[in-house]
Amino acid sequence: MVWNELAGMIVIGIGVAFDFLGCLGLLRLPDVYNRLQAGTKCVTFGTCGILLGVFLMQGFTPTGIKALVGIPFVLLTSPVGAHALAKGAHIFGVKLTDKTVVDHYAEDRGNKLTL
Amino acid sequence: MYIYFYILIGCCFFCLIRAWLGRSIPDRMVAIDIMGTLAVGITALYALISKRGFLIDIALAWIFLSFIGTLALAKYLSHKTLDE
Amino acid sequence: MRKIVLILFAFILWVLLTWSFTLQSLTAGGVVALIIGLLFGNFVIEKAGPVFDLRRWFWALVYIPVFLWEMTKANFDVAYRVLHPKLPIDPGIVKVKTKLQSEMGIVFLANSITLTPGTFTVDLKGQYLYIHCIKVRSTGLAEASHEIVDRFEKLLIKIFD
Repeated sequence: MVWNELAGMIVIGIGVAFDFLGCLGLLRLPDVYNRLQAGTKCVTFGTCGILLGVFLMQGFTPTGIKALVGIPFVLLTSPVGAHALAKGAHIFGVKLTDKTVVDHYAEDRGNKLTL
Repeated sequence: MYIYFYILIGCCFFCLIRAWLGRSIPDRMVAIDIMGTLAVGITALYALISKRGFLIDIALAWIFLSFIGTLALAKYLSHKTLDE
Repeated sequence: MRKIVLILFAFILWVLLTWSFTLQSLTAGGVVALIIGLLFGNFVIEKAGPVFDLRRWFWALVYIPVFLWEMTKANFDVAYRVLHPKLPIDPGIVKVKTKLQSEMGIVFLANSITLTPGTFTVDLKGQYLYIHCIKVRSTGLAEASHEIVDRFEKLLIKIFD
């Protein structure tokens, strides 16, 4: 069975590429919230890709099934951690970048943001 | 196969650069959080390369440890006590 | 009833994590699942009725490919913005309203929004969600709600409400 190893290699390659792009976004984008956007989305997708690739290469062995069970766990925990960090950063008082168009959250919380 | 491994370690260096430049505390925390998710991928890949199945258990445990660590740091950011 | 649901979930998770069908491991898993279910069933599961409704499971199966497709699109979107030399972003935080009632549904909606193109949930109060967009298209409550929330809301209402 060569083809499932090939498919696994390709899926892991896609995952690693998106991990790399996410980390590049972490360096390039201007403020905390945009960095969280790039970081959370790309790195979550990349990690899911790696786990799926491990499943494809191992098949229905204990290792493969554990990798498959890991995917919903990553999909559930990673966004929740990101919400918590974004909310904490906003309460902590990190300003949004200069390009920002609108901020309803600060208006509703009713205090001026000061760094 | 090893080339993927080296790319992922390079990604960790990107996160470390962000944690070093930082500018504000939440920036550094975001970098550490993302490094935790990357570590899950690295551990799963290493389990595949070295053919040691138990490493994938460590990856599963790491998901939850990284999640709890992030939540604790976020609580600290919003000026709340940890026992709320 | 709520305890039975948790026992089933715990047992299925045990089987998936060990993936060995010997009598020993199945018995050990059954005993552990029984203890966990009897102790914590009333805290974890809110209502047992919807879990046994097969139509909800069908819509959940429909939801998975929709979600995966949106997530793939999101990643190419972010990749484009990161690789573009001028960084084409105009970020902002907008407020949207959802029609979902149950807590579980709102949690899944917030997680789905975080993993889909250009949007990211910052906070939620009741039925209002605050969403950070990497590219703000409309700032009004109704238009933003229509643009961001509607894709998932139709399916999530069928699953959770």
